Order: sequence, then C-alpha cells, then structure tokens
Amino acid sequence: MSEALPATPPGFSRPGAGSGLLSVFQRRYLLSLLVRKEVQVRYRGSVLGWLWSYVKPAAQFAVFYVALGVFLRLNDSQPNYPIYLFSGIILINLFTEAFSNSTRSLVDNGALIKKIFLPREMFPVSSTVVAFVNFLPQMLVLLVVCLFVGWTPEPLQLLGILIGVLIVVIFAIGLGMFFGSANVSFRDSQNFVELIVMFAAWASPVLYPFAQVEGALPPWLLVVYQLNPITAAVNLFHAGFWYPTTGGAGELPDHLYLYAGAAVVVAVLALLLGQLVFRKLEGRFAQDL
Amino acid sequence: MPKTSDERRVIVSDVKKTFLLRHTHSLKETFISAIRGKQLSTSFNALNDVSFSIDEGESVALLGFNGSGKSTLLKLISGVLRPDSGDILTRGRVAGLIEVGAGFHPDLSGRENIYLNAAILGMTKSEIDARFDEIVAFSEIERFIDTEVKHYSSGMFLRLAFSVAIHTEVDILLVDEILSVGDEPFQQKCIARIRELSAQGKTLVVVSHDLDMVSQLCTRGILLREGRVVFDGTSHDAVETLRRR
Repeated sequence: MSEALPATPPGFSRPGAGSGLLSVFQRRYLLSLLVRKEVQVRYRGSVLGWLWSYVKPAAQFAVFYVALGVFLRLNDSQPNYPIYLFSGIILINLFTEAFSNSTRSLVDNGALIKKIFLPREMFPVSSTVVAFVNFLPQMLVLLVVCLFVGWTPEPLQLLGILIGVLIVVIFAIGLGMFFGSANVSFRDSQNFVELIVMFAAWASPVLYPFAQVEGALPPWLLVVYQLNPITAAVNLFHAGFWYPTTGGAGELPDHLYLYAGAAVVVAVLALLLGQLVFRKLEGRFAQDL
Repeated sequence: MPKTSDERRVIVSDVKKTFLLRHTHSLKETFISAIRGKQLSTSFNALNDVSFSIDEGESVALLGFNGSGKSTLLKLISGVLRPDSGDILTRGRVAGLIEVGAGFHPDLSGRENIYLNAAILGMTKSEIDARFDEIVAFSEIERFIDTEVKHYSSGMFLRLAFSVAIHTEVDILLVDEILSVGDEPFQQKCIARIRELSAQGKTLVVVSHDLDMVSQLCTRGILLREGRVVFDGTSHDAVETLRRR
C-alpha cells in the first residue's frame, strides 16, 4: 500500500480494504454457510461419520486413563480423576483443533483467496467455529457424566465454564491469524504450530493434578505457568465440571478467578496482535499462495 | 485527477504493480544460491503508471497480448491484489467473473453450491432466495440441482458457476476470459445476458482474447502493452491498433 493516500471522493471505496474481523461479522451469513459446508463435508465418505468426533476423544481418554489413572495411580490420589481428565482433554482438543485448522485455513482456501475478494479473516474464524461445533457434543457427554455422578455447581463456576470456552476461542483465533498469515509465505509456520500444540497439552494441568505443579515449581515459575491462558481456562473447566462432583474433596488453585481475568486480557491481546499481523501480511496473500 | 463527478464508477490513478519472484524457497537454496552468486529474486513490473476512469454504464474491454497486465489490473479492481503505489477506487458493488467456480465444493449439491457461491460473491440470503429460480433456469440443469456437483459434467459445472456469477447483484461486473465456456448456444445466452446488464446501466470491464466478440460487446477499449496504457478509445479502434502490431 502506498503512503498518504488521497481522500476518497464520496461514495467511493478502495477495493480490498475490509475492516478486518468486523467485516466477518457483517457477513455472518457467509460465515454460517462456510461453517455448514465444513461440518457437512468433514466426515463425508466415512461409515462412522460424526461418530468419529466421539471416537477420537474417547480413545484418547482411554489411553490416558489406563496409563496415568491406573498405572501411575492418579485414580487413587485425585478424586474423580476421570472427570478431571476428560474435562481438560475436551478443552485442550478444542484449542488444538481451532488453532491448527485456522493456521492451515488460508493455504487450504488458496484457490478462493487468489480469485475472489472476501474478508480473509473469514477463514481462521470459520475454522475455529467448526472446531467449536465439534466440541459441543463432547461437552454434552461431560455434562451427562457429571449429572450422573452428582453435580452441584455454583453460578460463578458455571459462568467460569463459559469464560473458559471464550478464552480458548479468542486465543485460538488470535494465534491462528498470526501463524496462518505467516504460513502463507513460510510453510514452516504450520510445522511450528504442531510443536506448540504438543507442548500445550502438557503445559496445562490436563493430565496431572494441579497440586503437583504447585509442589514442584518455584513461585515465580508457577506464576508464569498460570499466566498461560490455556491453563487458566482448564482450571476454570475443572472448577466448573470436576470440582462440584467431588463434594469438597478436590482442590482448586488459589486466585483462580484472578488468573482467569489475566487470561482474558492475554487472549484479547493475542487477538489484537493476530489481527495486526494479519493485516500487515494480507496484501501479499494473493501473490504468495 | 479529473474533478469529482458522480458518473464515475472506477478510478485508477498512477497505479503501479510489481511482482517479486523469489527463486529460492528454503534456507538451503538461498544459502547455495548466495554462495554461487546467483540472483535470489527478480522483480517484474506488471503495471506502470496506469491511469483511467470508467463511468457508470460504460463497457470497457481491456486488450493486450499475454503478459500485458490485463488480468492483474482486473484483480486490482476486484481487490484480490493491492497496488504497490497509486490508488484504485470503486463506487458500488463489485463482482468478478474471474475464474468462475472457484468457490464450488464438489461434495455439495448444486443447490448448496449456489447459496455458498452467491454468498461468497457478496449476496445476502434474501437476495439469493429471490434469484434462486432464475439462476437454476439460466443454467438449464433443473433436474440435477440436488445432485452433488462432483457428478456433473464439466459443461454442467461451468453453466451453474457462470449462472450464479452473472446473477449477482452488482454495479461493476468484471469479466475475465470466461466467455469461452459452454457450447455455442450457452455462450450466446451469456453474451445476451451481459448486454442486458450493460443496458441496465451496469459497468462492465471485460478481458478476452476473442477480439471480434469484445469489440461488439464493449464500446470502449483500453490497450495495454508491457504494463502501460498505449491506447484508450473506441473498442473498434483499440482492436485495430492491437492487430496492426
């Protein structure tokens, strides 16, 4: 783009100059169609179809349950460990799927981006929405299990669940726009994201009890650990789903909601950074794809 | 710059577009090329100091040989590419018939693809609902509208894609080398439809190598050579000038 563009005469606009994420929400109908397309096409041609989105987390759950719950005896030390485990797994899966799919979304839709102008933020956002649609039935399963075991959540804990999802979604869109726009010119980006995602599953208390982290890390590092928005979101999920099933036997981290507030701030900052970088690089998308 | 008047639909002023072609794509390649003293990239001037404006209801043909910058210019007007310097302004809704069918998905039915593609081209749900029957009728594939697009013949696919594109609600229609789709009768029908839009006061910008067709369809011709405007006048004169070289 050239500097110091002259003022536009009334009624005129510059082609290709959208208003970023805002234009995605102005064109909600297109967003809904893109999401519906992905959802419809995803398991097309497979016999199990959408059952796959239950089979995958179920298998994951089974592996960790046996390895960590039975062999490493977390079942004995952590009350209701299966619920603790599952509530973390589905949230981390939401993050993993949203983040890695939105990173690849621009390259995957290259044919379209090169030929027709539409707000390109559409692609990371729709990938994240698809991941969210995939996540909902899993949360429903969790909910049913919790009710079956005996679940007595407080309103604040329920609100925490919503905020946890929101943190993950905003953070994933922000990171996805950042790494996705870099991925257009440098495909290293999507490999790098695979690494991040691998770390993310272990950098939050998904598989192990939070109390063990508290014991092992020096205080300053514990603060860093908890400033990770995913950690805060996982803790909120534990507070909302797992803790109310333990009848007070479970243990929650101190300053849970303080860190949740910080996580919201970090996630929004990531979103702003992602949008900024996206707009910087967007001009080259149609050339480099 | 001409004075502001409400007649103009497209303003292109001093537009320059340069493509940088990288010859190396990894650290290893860059390293080896640098050691051997090879060029790491070359730049290519696709457009240079291009200026013109197009009025409401005008139909303009962009002419020139391959590589003269016609398609680049069309992509700049549609917003897919951005100029390196200079400015492009448009008034009203712009839709490009640039490689129709780009937004089609083979696993969706014809019906679903119509909605998806029309929405990609900027239409709202109610606009699509209102035009749906017209789009299907124009494509002449009523019987297969609920069949997945991957089972379509290539002709049927192009008909449907073109039909969606040509029924979008626009003020400025960009057409790039797609009038060669379909069989003779369908082509005639498309050209008739484009004339109809032009008569309704829509602005047309057409890129095609079919010079006879273009000079019939458009009133004005802009001739590009190596990224510069070398002629701007009636389409007949522009075609003549192009043929003389």
